[in-house]
Amino acid sequence: MSAAQIHIAGVHKVFGQGAQQVVALQGIDLSIAPGQFVCLLGPSGCGKSTLLNAVAGFAPPTSGRISVAGQPVQGAGPDRGMVFQEYALFPWMTVEDNIGFGLKIRHTPVAERNVTVDRLLQMLGLSEFRLRYPKDLSGGMRQRVAIARILALDSPILLMDEPFGALDALTRRSLQDELLQIQAQWQKTVLFVTHSIDEAIYLADRVVVLTYRPGTIKLDLPIALPRPRDSSSAGFNELKRELGAVVMQEQQRHQQAEQRGLAID
Amino acid sequence: MAARRWSTRTLLRGLWLPVTLLVAWQGAAVLGWLNPQVLPSPWQVLQRWWVYALPADPYDPSQSRLTWLLSGELVHDAWGSLGRVLAGFAIGAVLALPLGLLMGASQRVYEWFNPLLQVLRPIPPIAWIPLSILWFGLGNPPAIFLIALGAFFPVLMNTIAGVRNVDSIYIRAALNLGANQRVLFTRVMLPAAMPYILAGARIGMGTAFIVVIVSEMIAVNNGLGFRILEAREYFWSDKIIAGMLSIGLLGLAIDMVMAALNHHLLRWHRGQENDA
Repeated sequence: MSAAQIHIAGVHKVFGQGAQQVVALQGIDLSIAPGQFVCLLGPSGCGKSTLLNAVAGFAPPTSGRISVAGQPVQGAGPDRGMVFQEYALFPWMTVEDNIGFGLKIRHTPVAERNVTVDRLLQMLGLSEFRLRYPKDLSGGMRQRVAIARILALDSPILLMDEPFGALDALTRRSLQDELLQIQAQWQKTVLFVTHSIDEAIYLADRVVVLTYRPGTIKLDLPIALPRPRDSSSAGFNELKRELGAVVMQEQQRHQQAEQRGLAID
Repeated sequence: MAARRWSTRTLLRGLWLPVTLLVAWQGAAVLGWLNPQVLPSPWQVLQRWWVYALPADPYDPSQSRLTWLLSGELVHDAWGSLGRVLAGFAIGAVLALPLGLLMGASQRVYEWFNPLLQVLRPIPPIAWIPLSILWFGLGNPPAIFLIALGAFFPVLMNTIAGVRNVDSIYIRAALNLGANQRVLFTRVMLPAAMPYILAGARIGMGTAFIVVIVSEMIAVNNGLGFRILEAREYFWSDKIIAGMLSIGLLGLAIDMVMAALNHHLLRWHRGQENDA
Protein backbone atom coordinates (compact mmCIF):
# COMPACT_ATOMS: atom_id res chain seq x y z
CA MET A 1 0.00 0.00 0.00
CA SER A 2 1.39 3.37 -1.01
CA ALA A 3 1.28 6.55 1.09
CA ALA A 4 -2.14 7.66 2.31
CA GLN A 5 -4.15 9.85 -0.04
CA ILE A 6 -6.13 11.36 2.83
CA HIS A 7 -4.54 11.53 6.24
CA ILE A 8 -6.57 12.64 9.26
CA ALA A 9 -4.74 12.91 12.58
CA GLY A 10 -6.14 13.86 15.99
CA VAL A 11 -9.03 15.87 14.61
CA HIS A 12 -11.35 17.60 17.09
CA LYS A 13 -14.29 19.77 16.17
CA VAL A 14 -16.23 21.79 18.72
CA PHE A 15 -19.33 23.85 17.97
CA GLY A 16 -20.63 26.61 20.23
CA GLN A 17 -19.34 27.81 23.58
CA GLY A 18 -19.94 27.28 27.30
CA ALA A 19 -23.05 25.31 28.17
CA GLN A 20 -24.09 25.21 24.50
CA GLN A 21 -20.84 23.52 23.53
CA VAL A 22 -21.11 20.40 21.42
CA VAL A 23 -18.13 18.18 20.71
CA ALA A 24 -18.85 16.94 17.20
CA LEU A 25 -15.58 15.12 16.59
CA GLN A 26 -13.05 13.85 19.09
CA GLY A 27 -9.63 12.43 18.32
CA ILE A 28 -10.34 11.15 14.82
CA ASP A 29 -7.43 9.33 13.18
CA LEU A 30 -7.99 7.93 9.72
CA SER A 31 -5.77 7.13 6.77
CA ILE A 32 -7.23 6.41 3.39
CA ALA A 33 -5.15 4.83 0.63
CA PRO A 34 -5.40 5.96 -3.01
CA GLY A 35 -8.26 4.27 -4.84
CA GLN A 36 -9.97 3.15 -1.67
CA PHE A 37 -13.73 3.49 -1.25
CA VAL A 38 -14.52 4.42 2.36
CA CYS A 39 -18.02 4.85 3.78
CA LEU A 40 -18.59 6.91 6.91
CA LEU A 41 -21.60 5.40 8.64
CA GLY A 42 -23.57 6.54 11.67
CA PRO A 43 -26.83 8.07 12.90
CA SER A 44 -27.52 11.73 12.23
CA GLY A 45 -25.58 13.98 14.57
CA CYS A 46 -22.56 11.69 14.73
CA GLY A 47 -20.33 14.20 12.96
CA LYS A 48 -19.82 12.32 9.70
CA SER A 49 -20.77 15.32 7.57
CA THR A 50 -18.64 17.54 9.81
CA LEU A 51 -15.67 15.32 9.07
CA LEU A 52 -16.40 15.39 5.35
CA ASN A 53 -16.70 19.18 5.38
CA ALA A 54 -13.38 19.42 7.18
CA VAL A 55 -11.70 17.28 4.50
CA ALA A 56 -13.39 19.38 1.81
CA GLY A 57 -11.96 22.49 3.45
CA PHE A 58 -15.31 24.19 4.07
CA ALA A 59 -14.96 24.24 7.85
CA PRO A 60 -11.52 23.59 9.37
CA PRO A 61 -11.33 21.40 12.49
CA THR A 62 -10.86 23.01 15.90
CA SER A 63 -7.62 21.08 16.26
CA GLY A 64 -5.78 18.28 14.54
CA ARG A 65 -4.36 17.87 11.06
CA ILE A 66 -5.84 16.86 7.74
CA SER A 67 -3.60 16.40 4.75
CA VAL A 68 -4.34 15.32 1.23
CA ALA A 69 -1.58 13.87 -0.95
CA GLY A 70 0.89 15.01 1.69
CA GLN A 71 -0.30 18.64 1.66
CA PRO A 72 -2.23 20.14 4.59
CA VAL A 73 -5.78 21.12 3.63
CA GLN A 74 -6.23 24.87 3.36
CA GLY A 75 -9.67 25.80 2.09
CA ALA A 76 -11.81 24.16 -0.55
CA GLY A 77 -10.37 23.07 -3.86
CA PRO A 78 -11.04 21.03 -6.97
CA ASP A 79 -8.61 18.30 -5.95
CA ARG A 80 -11.39 17.12 -3.61
CA GLY A 81 -14.61 17.15 -5.62
CA MET A 82 -17.72 17.32 -3.47
CA VAL A 83 -21.13 15.85 -4.33
CA PHE A 84 -23.94 17.18 -2.12
CA GLN A 85 -27.20 15.51 -1.20
CA GLU A 86 -29.00 18.65 -2.42
CA TYR A 87 -27.18 18.41 -5.79
CA ALA A 88 -26.13 22.10 -5.56
CA LEU A 89 -26.26 22.48 -9.33
CA PHE A 90 -26.31 26.08 -10.52
CA PRO A 91 -29.95 26.48 -11.58
CA TRP A 92 -29.17 29.34 -13.98
CA MET A 93 -26.83 27.17 -16.05
CA THR A 94 -27.78 24.46 -18.49
CA VAL A 95 -26.59 20.90 -17.90
CA GLU A 96 -23.58 21.33 -20.18
CA ASP A 97 -22.63 24.66 -18.61
CA ASN A 98 -22.84 23.13 -15.15
CA ILE A 99 -20.53 20.32 -16.18
CA GLY A 100 -18.12 22.68 -17.93
CA PHE A 101 -18.09 25.32 -15.16
CA GLY A 102 -14.99 24.09 -13.36
CA LEU A 103 -13.02 23.86 -16.61
CA LYS A 104 -14.24 27.25 -17.75
CA ILE A 105 -13.07 29.09 -14.65
CA ARG A 106 -9.77 27.24 -14.97
CA HIS A 107 -9.49 28.74 -18.50
CA THR A 108 -9.33 25.38 -20.23
CA PRO A 109 -9.49 25.97 -24.03
CA VAL A 110 -13.04 25.72 -25.38
CA ALA A 111 -12.28 22.81 -27.73
CA GLU A 112 -10.77 20.71 -24.97
CA ARG A 113 -13.63 21.63 -22.63
CA ASN A 114 -16.20 20.55 -25.18
CA VAL A 115 -14.51 17.19 -25.63
CA THR A 116 -14.57 16.52 -21.90
CA VAL A 117 -18.17 17.68 -21.51
CA ASP A 118 -19.33 15.58 -24.47
CA ARG A 119 -17.63 12.49 -23.13
CA LEU A 120 -19.17 12.91 -19.68
CA LEU A 121 -22.62 13.62 -21.08
CA GLN A 122 -22.41 10.41 -23.03
CA MET A 123 -20.99 8.35 -20.20
CA LEU A 124 -23.74 9.37 -17.79
CA GLY A 125 -26.55 9.19 -20.34
CA LEU A 126 -27.17 12.93 -20.28
CA SER A 127 -26.61 13.83 -23.95
CA GLU A 128 -30.30 14.50 -24.60
CA PHE A 129 -30.50 16.84 -21.64
CA ARG A 130 -27.45 18.98 -22.33
CA LEU A 131 -29.42 22.16 -22.98
CA ARG A 132 -31.94 21.66 -20.19
CA TYR A 133 -31.94 23.57 -16.93
CA PRO A 134 -31.68 21.64 -13.64
CA LYS A 135 -35.31 22.43 -12.73
CA ASP A 136 -36.41 20.25 -15.66
CA LEU A 137 -34.45 17.18 -14.50
CA SER A 138 -35.36 14.37 -12.11
CA GLY A 139 -33.37 13.92 -8.91
CA GLY A 140 -31.34 11.07 -10.38
CA MET A 141 -30.45 13.10 -13.46
CA ARG A 142 -29.47 16.08 -11.31
CA GLN A 143 -27.14 13.94 -9.26
CA ARG A 144 -25.59 12.55 -12.46
CA VAL A 145 -24.87 16.12 -13.56
CA ALA A 146 -23.34 16.88 -10.15
CA ILE A 147 -21.08 13.84 -10.48
CA ALA A 148 -20.14 14.75 -14.06
CA ARG A 149 -19.31 18.29 -12.90
CA ILE A 150 -16.75 16.84 -10.48
CA LEU A 151 -15.39 14.25 -12.92
CA ALA A 152 -14.76 17.02 -15.48
CA LEU A 153 -12.07 18.36 -13.17
CA ASP A 154 -10.49 14.94 -12.85
CA SER A 155 -10.21 15.26 -9.07
CA PRO A 156 -8.41 12.25 -7.60
CA ILE A 157 -10.75 12.36 -4.59
CA LEU A 158 -14.54 12.30 -4.49
CA LEU A 159 -16.26 13.48 -1.33
CA MET A 160 -19.90 12.48 -1.23
CA ASP A 161 -22.36 13.69 1.40
CA GLU A 162 -25.34 11.30 1.33
CA PRO A 163 -25.51 11.87 -2.43
CA PHE A 164 -28.27 9.34 -3.06
CA GLY A 165 -30.24 9.99 0.12
CA ALA A 166 -33.06 11.84 -1.62
CA LEU A 167 -33.53 9.34 -4.46
CA ASP A 168 -35.99 6.49 -4.83
CA ALA A 169 -34.65 2.96 -4.30
CA LEU A 170 -34.32 1.98 -7.99
CA THR A 171 -32.62 5.20 -9.08
CA ARG A 172 -30.39 4.91 -6.06
CA ARG A 173 -29.26 1.42 -7.00
CA SER A 174 -28.46 2.34 -10.61
CA LEU A 175 -26.49 5.40 -9.50
CA GLN A 176 -24.60 3.28 -6.98
CA ASP A 177 -23.64 0.91 -9.80
CA GLU A 178 -22.57 3.77 -12.04
CA LEU A 179 -20.50 5.23 -9.22
CA LEU A 180 -18.75 1.89 -8.65
CA GLN A 181 -17.96 1.65 -12.35
CA ILE A 182 -16.55 5.16 -12.41
CA GLN A 183 -14.52 4.53 -9.30
CA ALA A 184 -13.03 1.34 -10.66
CA GLN A 185 -12.34 2.82 -14.08
CA TRP A 186 -10.85 6.14 -12.94
CA GLN A 187 -9.19 4.92 -9.73
CA LYS A 188 -10.85 7.55 -7.55
CA THR A 189 -10.43 7.71 -3.81
CA VAL A 190 -13.94 8.03 -2.38
CA LEU A 191 -15.06 9.23 1.03
CA PHE A 192 -18.79 8.62 1.16
CA VAL A 193 -21.14 9.63 3.98
CA THR A 194 -24.30 7.61 4.47
CA HIS A 195 -26.66 6.46 7.19
CA SER A 196 -27.76 3.44 5.15
CA ILE A 197 -26.08 0.22 6.27
CA ASP A 198 -27.06 -1.43 3.00
CA GLU A 199 -25.51 1.29 0.92
CA ALA A 200 -22.28 1.19 2.91
CA ILE A 201 -21.85 -2.58 2.51
CA TYR A 202 -22.81 -2.45 -1.16
CA LEU A 203 -20.29 0.24 -2.04
CA ALA A 204 -17.36 0.31 0.35
CA ASP A 205 -13.97 -1.33 0.58
CA ARG A 206 -14.05 -0.19 4.18
CA VAL A 207 -16.80 1.01 6.49
CA VAL A 208 -16.01 3.41 9.31
CA VAL A 209 -18.72 3.70 11.97
CA LEU A 210 -18.78 6.87 14.08
CA THR A 211 -20.22 7.18 17.57
CA TYR A 212 -22.92 9.66 18.47
CA ARG A 213 -21.57 12.79 20.13
CA PRO A 214 -18.73 13.09 20.68
CA GLY A 215 -17.97 11.57 17.29
CA THR A 216 -15.20 9.02 17.60
CA ILE A 217 -14.37 6.01 15.47
CA LYS A 218 -16.32 3.06 16.87
CA LEU A 219 -15.49 0.50 14.24
CA ASP A 220 -13.28 0.35 11.16
CA LEU A 221 -14.34 -2.66 9.15
CA PRO A 222 -12.92 -3.84 5.80
CA ILE A 223 -15.55 -5.29 3.48
CA ALA A 224 -14.01 -8.20 1.61
CA LEU A 225 -17.12 -9.35 -0.29
CA PRO A 226 -16.40 -9.98 -3.98
CA ARG A 227 -17.79 -7.52 -6.51
CA PRO A 228 -20.32 -7.14 -7.99
CA ARG A 229 -22.02 -7.57 -4.64
CA ASP A 230 -25.32 -9.28 -4.13
CA SER A 231 -27.33 -7.63 -1.38
CA SER A 232 -29.29 -10.86 -0.81
CA SER A 233 -26.26 -13.11 -0.30
CA ALA A 234 -25.50 -14.72 3.05
CA GLY A 235 -22.20 -12.88 3.48
CA PHE A 236 -23.90 -9.55 2.81
CA ASN A 237 -26.59 -10.23 5.38
CA GLU A 238 -24.16 -11.37 8.01
CA LEU A 239 -22.27 -8.06 7.67
CA LYS A 240 -25.58 -6.24 7.77
CA ARG A 241 -26.48 -7.86 11.09
CA GLU A 242 -23.07 -7.11 12.53
CA LEU A 243 -23.00 -3.47 11.43
CA GLY A 244 -26.68 -3.03 12.24
CA ALA A 245 -26.13 -3.93 15.88
CA VAL A 246 -23.22 -1.48 16.18
CA VAL A 247 -25.07 1.39 14.46
CA MET A 248 -28.25 0.81 16.46
CA GLN A 249 -26.38 1.33 19.74
CA GLU A 250 -25.42 4.78 18.54
CA GLN A 251 -28.90 5.43 17.19
CA GLN A 252 -30.30 4.70 20.66
CA ARG A 253 -27.89 7.18 22.25
CA HIS A 254 -29.05 9.69 19.66
CA GLN A 255 -32.69 9.06 20.56
CA GLN A 256 -32.04 9.34 24.28
CA ALA A 257 -30.27 12.64 23.73
CA GLU A 258 -33.18 13.83 21.65
CA GLN A 259 -35.61 12.95 24.41
CA ARG A 260 -33.50 14.93 26.85
CA GLY A 261 -33.75 17.81 24.40
CA LEU A 262 -30.06 17.87 23.68
CA ALA A 263 -30.09 17.01 20.02
CA ILE A 264 -28.95 19.87 17.86
CA ASP A 265 -28.09 19.00 14.33
CA MET B 1 -46.22 27.28 -19.36
CA ALA B 2 -48.83 29.95 -18.75
CA ALA B 3 -51.48 28.46 -16.54
CA ARG B 4 -54.29 30.45 -18.14
CA ARG B 5 -54.77 30.97 -21.83
CA TRP B 6 -56.72 33.74 -23.47
CA SER B 7 -59.92 32.32 -24.78
CA THR B 8 -62.91 34.16 -26.24
CA ARG B 9 -64.76 33.56 -23.03
CA THR B 10 -62.16 35.18 -20.75
CA LEU B 11 -61.92 38.05 -23.23
CA LEU B 12 -65.69 38.62 -23.11
CA ARG B 13 -65.69 38.35 -19.35
CA GLY B 14 -62.98 41.01 -19.14
CA LEU B 15 -64.61 43.34 -21.67
CA TRP B 16 -68.18 43.62 -20.50
CA LEU B 17 -67.50 46.04 -17.63
CA PRO B 18 -65.41 48.60 -19.61
CA VAL B 19 -67.83 48.42 -22.55
CA THR B 20 -70.87 48.94 -20.29
CA LEU B 21 -69.21 51.91 -18.62
CA LEU B 22 -68.28 53.46 -21.98
CA VAL B 23 -71.81 53.06 -23.29
CA ALA B 24 -73.26 54.55 -20.11
CA TRP B 25 -70.80 57.44 -20.27
CA GLN B 26 -71.51 58.13 -23.93
CA GLY B 27 -75.25 57.86 -23.26
CA ALA B 28 -75.07 60.33 -20.39
CA ALA B 29 -73.16 62.75 -22.62
CA VAL B 30 -75.65 62.42 -25.50
CA LEU B 31 -78.54 63.04 -23.11
CA GLY B 32 -76.82 66.23 -22.03
CA TRP B 33 -76.34 65.14 -18.41
CA LEU B 34 -72.63 65.94 -18.52
CA ASN B 35 -70.97 69.31 -18.84
CA PRO B 36 -68.45 68.66 -21.68
CA GLN B 37 -66.03 71.07 -20.04
CA VAL B 38 -65.91 68.85 -16.96
CA LEU B 39 -66.32 65.42 -18.54
CA PRO B 40 -66.35 65.18 -22.33
CA SER B 41 -67.92 62.16 -24.03
CA PRO B 42 -65.75 59.14 -24.94
CA TRP B 43 -66.32 59.90 -28.59
CA GLN B 44 -65.02 63.44 -28.14
CA VAL B 45 -61.96 62.10 -26.31
CA LEU B 46 -61.34 59.63 -29.11
CA GLN B 47 -61.55 62.36 -31.76
CA ARG B 48 -59.19 64.55 -29.80
CA TRP B 49 -56.82 61.61 -29.34
CA TRP B 50 -56.83 61.06 -33.09
CA VAL B 51 -55.92 64.71 -33.73
CA TYR B 52 -53.24 64.52 -31.02
CA ALA B 53 -51.72 61.46 -32.66
CA LEU B 54 -51.96 62.71 -36.28
CA PRO B 55 -49.10 64.54 -37.99
CA ALA B 56 -49.44 68.28 -37.53
CA ASP B 57 -48.31 69.28 -41.04
CA PRO B 58 -49.53 67.99 -44.43
CA TYR B 59 -47.41 65.31 -46.10
CA ASP B 60 -44.29 66.70 -47.72
CA PRO B 61 -43.06 64.34 -50.51
CA SER B 62 -39.40 65.24 -49.82
CA GLN B 63 -39.44 63.29 -46.52
CA SER B 64 -40.21 59.63 -45.93
CA ARG B 65 -43.75 58.60 -45.19
CA LEU B 66 -42.73 57.00 -41.88
CA THR B 67 -41.09 60.20 -40.61
CA TRP B 68 -44.27 62.05 -41.52
CA LEU B 69 -46.50 59.50 -39.81
CA LEU B 70 -44.45 59.75 -36.65
CA SER B 71 -44.33 63.55 -36.63
CA GLY B 72 -47.50 63.96 -34.54
CA GLU B 73 -47.48 65.61 -31.16
CA LEU B 74 -48.41 62.40 -29.31
CA VAL B 75 -45.46 60.50 -30.78
CA HIS B 76 -43.08 63.28 -29.81
CA ASP B 77 -44.45 63.41 -26.29
CA ALA B 78 -44.42 59.64 -25.79
CA TRP B 79 -40.90 59.44 -27.20
CA GLY B 80 -39.72 62.25 -24.92
CA SER B 81 -41.18 60.62 -21.81
CA LEU B 82 -39.83 57.20 -22.73
CA GLY B 83 -36.34 58.58 -23.35
CA ARG B 84 -36.30 60.27 -19.95
CA VAL B 85 -37.55 57.14 -18.19
CA LEU B 86 -34.91 54.97 -19.83
CA ALA B 87 -32.05 57.43 -19.22
CA GLY B 88 -33.03 58.00 -15.59
CA PHE B 89 -33.68 54.33 -14.92
CA ALA B 90 -30.35 53.34 -16.49
CA ILE B 91 -28.43 55.81 -14.32
CA GLY B 92 -30.27 54.79 -11.15
CA ALA B 93 -29.92 51.07 -11.78
CA VAL B 94 -26.26 51.26 -12.82
CA LEU B 95 -25.45 53.03 -9.55
CA ALA B 96 -27.66 50.83 -7.39
CA LEU B 97 -26.54 47.45 -8.72
CA PRO B 98 -22.84 47.46 -7.73
CA LEU B 99 -23.56 49.22 -4.44
CA GLY B 100 -26.28 46.67 -3.66
CA LEU B 101 -23.98 43.77 -4.52
CA LEU B 102 -21.27 45.12 -2.24
CA MET B 103 -23.70 45.91 0.58
CA GLY B 104 -25.26 42.49 0.32
CA ALA B 105 -21.93 40.67 0.26
CA SER B 106 -20.05 42.63 2.92
CA GLN B 107 -21.40 43.42 6.36
CA ARG B 108 -18.84 46.19 6.71
CA VAL B 109 -19.86 47.98 3.52
CA TYR B 110 -23.46 47.57 4.61
CA GLU B 111 -22.72 49.27 7.93
CA TRP B 112 -20.95 52.15 6.18
CA PHE B 113 -23.80 53.00 3.87
CA ASN B 114 -26.94 51.80 5.57
CA PRO B 115 -27.63 54.67 8.04
CA LEU B 116 -27.31 57.31 5.30
CA LEU B 117 -29.47 55.35 2.88
CA GLN B 118 -32.14 54.69 5.48
CA VAL B 119 -32.44 58.43 6.09
CA LEU B 120 -32.58 59.29 2.38
CA ARG B 121 -34.85 56.46 1.27
CA PRO B 122 -38.12 57.66 2.82
CA ILE B 123 -37.80 61.08 1.12
CA PRO B 124 -40.09 60.78 -1.92
CA PRO B 125 -38.38 61.76 -5.20
CA ILE B 126 -40.99 64.48 -5.56
CA ALA B 127 -39.66 66.20 -2.44
CA TRP B 128 -36.36 66.58 -4.28
CA ILE B 129 -37.94 68.77 -6.98
CA PRO B 130 -37.03 72.18 -5.53
CA LEU B 131 -33.44 71.16 -4.85
CA SER B 132 -33.05 69.47 -8.21
CA ILE B 133 -34.16 72.64 -10.01
CA LEU B 134 -31.71 74.70 -7.96
CA TRP B 135 -28.95 72.25 -8.80
CA PHE B 136 -29.71 71.45 -12.42
CA GLY B 137 -31.91 74.29 -13.65
CA LEU B 138 -34.81 73.41 -15.93
CA GLY B 139 -35.06 70.88 -18.75
CA ASN B 140 -33.99 67.27 -18.87
CA PRO B 141 -31.21 67.19 -16.23
CA PRO B 142 -33.44 67.69 -13.16
CA ALA B 143 -36.05 65.33 -14.61
CA ILE B 144 -33.51 62.60 -15.21
CA PHE B 145 -32.02 63.17 -11.76
CA LEU B 146 -35.43 62.67 -10.15
CA ILE B 147 -36.19 59.55 -12.21
CA ALA B 148 -32.78 58.06 -11.38
CA LEU B 149 -33.50 58.69 -7.71
CA GLY B 150 -36.86 56.97 -8.01
CA ALA B 151 -35.35 53.92 -9.69
CA PHE B 152 -32.28 53.78 -7.43
CA PHE B 153 -33.79 52.62 -4.14
CA PRO B 154 -35.98 49.73 -5.31
CA VAL B 155 -33.09 48.26 -7.29
CA LEU B 156 -30.69 48.80 -4.38
CA MET B 157 -32.88 47.27 -1.68
CA ASN B 158 -33.73 44.24 -3.77
CA THR B 159 -30.13 43.65 -4.81
CA ILE B 160 -29.04 43.67 -1.16
CA ALA B 161 -31.80 41.21 -0.26
CA GLY B 162 -30.99 39.07 -3.29
CA VAL B 163 -27.32 38.71 -2.43
CA ARG B 164 -28.11 37.99 1.22
CA ASN B 165 -30.48 35.23 0.21
CA VAL B 166 -28.06 33.38 -2.05
CA ASP B 167 -28.09 29.79 -0.82
CA SER B 168 -24.70 29.09 0.76
CA ILE B 169 -24.58 25.70 -0.94
CA TYR B 170 -23.95 27.39 -4.32
CA ILE B 171 -21.03 29.22 -2.80
CA ARG B 172 -19.61 26.03 -1.32
CA ALA B 173 -20.07 24.21 -4.62
CA ALA B 174 -18.35 27.01 -6.55
CA LEU B 175 -15.42 27.15 -4.11
CA ASN B 176 -15.12 23.39 -4.39
CA LEU B 177 -14.92 23.71 -8.17
CA GLY B 178 -12.07 26.19 -7.82
CA ALA B 179 -13.82 29.57 -8.01
CA ASN B 180 -11.94 32.62 -6.78
CA GLN B 181 -13.66 35.68 -5.27
CA ARG B 182 -14.22 37.38 -8.61
CA VAL B 183 -15.76 34.30 -10.21
CA LEU B 184 -17.86 33.76 -7.12
CA PHE B 185 -19.20 37.29 -7.39
CA THR B 186 -19.88 37.51 -11.11
CA ARG B 187 -20.87 33.95 -11.95
CA VAL B 188 -22.54 32.73 -8.78
CA MET B 189 -23.80 35.51 -6.52
CA LEU B 190 -24.98 37.81 -9.30
CA PRO B 191 -27.03 35.22 -11.21
CA ALA B 192 -28.32 33.64 -7.99
CA ALA B 193 -29.55 37.07 -6.87
CA MET B 194 -31.05 37.83 -10.28
CA PRO B 195 -34.70 37.01 -9.45
CA TYR B 196 -34.61 39.61 -6.66
CA ILE B 197 -32.70 42.13 -8.74
CA LEU B 198 -35.15 41.91 -11.62
CA ALA B 199 -38.12 42.22 -9.28
CA GLY B 200 -36.46 45.39 -7.97
CA ALA B 201 -35.90 46.63 -11.51
CA ARG B 202 -39.56 46.18 -12.31
CA ILE B 203 -40.62 48.15 -9.23
CA GLY B 204 -37.94 50.74 -10.00
CA MET B 205 -39.23 51.12 -13.54
CA GLY B 206 -42.74 51.70 -12.16
CA THR B 207 -41.43 54.42 -9.84
CA ALA B 208 -39.44 55.97 -12.68
CA PHE B 209 -42.60 56.20 -14.74
CA ILE B 210 -44.50 57.97 -11.96
CA VAL B 211 -41.64 60.41 -11.46
CA VAL B 212 -41.26 61.20 -15.17
CA ILE B 213 -44.86 62.43 -15.38
CA VAL B 214 -44.48 64.59 -12.27
CA SER B 215 -41.14 66.01 -13.35
CA GLU B 216 -42.51 66.90 -16.79
CA MET B 217 -45.24 68.90 -15.13
CA ILE B 218 -42.59 71.04 -13.49
CA ALA B 219 -39.30 71.18 -15.28
CA VAL B 220 -39.76 70.27 -18.95
CA ASN B 221 -41.87 71.58 -21.82
CA ASN B 222 -42.70 68.42 -23.68
CA GLY B 223 -43.66 64.87 -22.77
CA LEU B 224 -46.97 63.34 -21.78
CA GLY B 225 -46.92 64.86 -18.29
CA PHE B 226 -46.30 68.33 -19.66
CA ARG B 227 -49.04 67.90 -22.25
CA ILE B 228 -51.88 67.14 -19.85
CA LEU B 229 -50.92 70.08 -17.65
CA GLU B 230 -50.81 72.32 -20.72
CA ALA B 231 -54.24 71.06 -21.79
CA ARG B 232 -55.65 72.01 -18.41
CA GLU B 233 -54.61 75.63 -18.98
CA TYR B 234 -56.83 75.71 -22.08
CA PHE B 235 -59.65 73.75 -20.42
CA TRP B 236 -59.17 70.94 -22.96
CA SER B 237 -60.55 68.21 -20.78
CA ASP B 238 -60.79 65.86 -23.78
CA LYS B 239 -57.07 66.22 -24.40
CA ILE B 240 -56.32 65.72 -20.70
CA ILE B 241 -58.13 62.40 -20.80
CA ALA B 242 -56.51 61.42 -24.10
CA GLY B 243 -53.12 62.23 -22.55
CA MET B 244 -53.92 60.20 -19.42
CA LEU B 245 -54.88 57.19 -21.49
CA SER B 246 -51.66 57.55 -23.48
CA ILE B 247 -49.70 57.61 -20.21
CA GLY B 248 -51.50 54.45 -19.10
CA LEU B 249 -50.78 52.63 -22.35
CA LEU B 250 -47.11 53.63 -22.35
CA GLY B 251 -46.80 52.46 -18.74
CA LEU B 252 -48.46 49.17 -19.62
CA ALA B 253 -46.12 48.71 -22.59
CA ILE B 254 -43.06 49.35 -20.43
CA ASP B 255 -44.23 46.89 -17.80
CA MET B 256 -44.95 44.26 -20.42
CA VAL B 257 -41.45 44.64 -21.83
CA MET B 258 -40.02 44.32 -18.31
CA ALA B 259 -42.12 41.21 -17.69
CA ALA B 260 -40.98 39.65 -20.96
CA LEU B 261 -37.37 40.45 -20.10
CA ASN B 262 -37.82 38.86 -16.66
CA HIS B 263 -39.35 35.83 -18.24
CA HIS B 264 -36.46 35.43 -20.63
CA LEU B 265 -33.66 36.07 -18.13
CA LEU B 266 -35.22 33.85 -15.49
CA ARG B 267 -36.16 30.97 -17.78
CA TRP B 268 -34.06 28.75 -15.52
CA HIS B 269 -36.02 29.75 -12.45
CA ARG B 270 -38.11 27.20 -10.66
CA GLY B 271 -41.07 29.49 -9.92
CA GLN B 272 -41.34 30.41 -13.58
CA GLU B 273 -44.01 27.88 -14.52
CA ASN B 274 -46.54 29.53 -12.26
CA ASP B 275 -45.91 33.07 -13.45
CA ALA B 276 -48.18 34.85 -15.85
